[in-house]
Amino acid sequence: MNRFIDPVARLGRLVIGGVRHAGAMALFAIELAWVLIPSWARPRDIAQQVYAAGVLSLVIILVAGGFVGLVLGLQGYNILSNFNASESLGVMVALSLVRELGPVVAALLFAGRAGSAITAEIALMKTTEQLAALEMMAVDPLRRVIGPRFWGAMISVPLLAALFSLVGIIGGYLIGVVVLGVDQASYWGQIAEQMEAWDDVGGGAIKSVAFGAVIALIAVYEGYTAEPTASGMARATTQTVVLSSLAVLGLDFVMTAFMFGA
Amino acid sequence: MIELEDVRFARGSQVIFDGVDMRFPRGQVTAVLGPSGTGKTTLLRLIGGQVRPASGRVLVDDTEVSRARRKALYALRRRMGVLFQNGALFTDLTVGENVAFPLRAHSRLDEALIRRIVLFKLEAVGLRAARDKYPAELSGGMARRAALARAMALDPEIMLYDEPFAGQDPVSMGVLLRLIRRINDALGLTSIVVTHDVSEALSIADQVIVIAGGRVIGRGSPDEVLAQRHDEPALAQFLDGAAEGPLNASDAETPLAADLGLGMAR
Repeated sequence: MNRFIDPVARLGRLVIGGVRHAGAMALFAIELAWVLIPSWARPRDIAQQVYAAGVLSLVIILVAGGFVGLVLGLQGYNILSNFNASESLGVMVALSLVRELGPVVAALLFAGRAGSAITAEIALMKTTEQLAALEMMAVDPLRRVIGPRFWGAMISVPLLAALFSLVGIIGGYLIGVVVLGVDQASYWGQIAEQMEAWDDVGGGAIKSVAFGAVIALIAVYEGYTAEPTASGMARATTQTVVLSSLAVLGLDFVMTAFMFGA
Repeated sequence: MIELEDVRFARGSQVIFDGVDMRFPRGQVTAVLGPSGTGKTTLLRLIGGQVRPASGRVLVDDTEVSRARRKALYALRRRMGVLFQNGALFTDLTVGENVAFPLRAHSRLDEALIRRIVLFKLEAVGLRAARDKYPAELSGGMARRAALARAMALDPEIMLYDEPFAGQDPVSMGVLLRLIRRINDALGLTSIVVTHDVSEALSIADQVIVIAGGRVIGRGSPDEVLAQRHDEPALAQFLDGAAEGPLNASDAETPLAADLGLGMAR
């Protein structure tokens, strides 16, 4: 009997655990929402976090963006030249990047590079009683530590996504125009002609703002609620990367369906 | 004056305090002694309002901490200094910045004045030269003293010390003992020192409270507590550090043989 019931029970436990986790995170998000505006009372703290999360992620974002652009240029050229449409390479590269790859890949890289770091930092502050010390000094850790880190991530992601796309388009240009001989004027001309400011660039921007908010929330939540042990910290950082990646990809599908579907 | 009235506190099924009454008078150093895991740190967290009792009242002056709203609680905490067990210094700030932190958070003093106060506080704990060092560069004793300087930054009326002597060498222990006593007497504070170091606690405390098993097993001046040992075997065992006695009765509810899967043959 147990052989049949056990897996069901395990599945049930998993679902209940997941729902409880989501509920706790939602409550945390509401609590956090109250301090997000007051966090701006100390703009320097936020600037520091934008530096730590965003500026220090620049290298990985720019290098990755460059490579993705190079690959898009190569693949795009191969496919488009079959249809004698290689002059559309520019717009193909630009649209792929601005609508999808820029926001999504930048967000995934950010979750791995900076999201995990934010979680680890907060979890360590909790483990070493630094958050408790703040509370006992009558300083709200949510406002002082969590708020600025949330903003740092939230602001960084869209900016990094924009840079990712920009570098990618230049990468596509290098391969397409400089190496493979696509006409330079049509590479840029088609981008200027066919890309819509609101639909394409705006859509990509909205996506990356949403991804930024989701990663920021997951990263600070996992750190703030981490078990104050070594394995608890390890679990929290892993959770941040796994959950944010899945959330970004899932959310991307939903948002794409709303923006570009039918 | 800090008071606990009939406080009950449990963590899960484990009862930490079972109807405990305590009074901590102003101007005195009170040592709270007890074996590890008896809820000494919990006591400080109850007084600081970080946890709330299941029942009973925790009063600091006339504020009921156990019911206080966040604003009142934060106002109260500004009058408290807490020395955490491991110091809990902010690792990204230098020693000087750590001490300046509460001043910057709660006052509008200009930087020149903050610098002076920081120097005074660090001088008081003998760490003026270490003001530009990071916590990771300090020894355990120095970190504890730096944390003490930070706890005193806002000139609190109440000082709470969580295991201040744990892991200290004899010299830093001596320095800390003298500091705790001196700060208390100079500023007329209410000091609570939570510790399991019996001789150190007895040497500086005006009043001693010994807790074990969720209740108070001894209280009074150091001499009075020493005298009470004859009536309370657990107190005698704790004060003497005896290996055998009521305090280390096994906590397991089932016999060892049952956990090993042996015996129980019927």
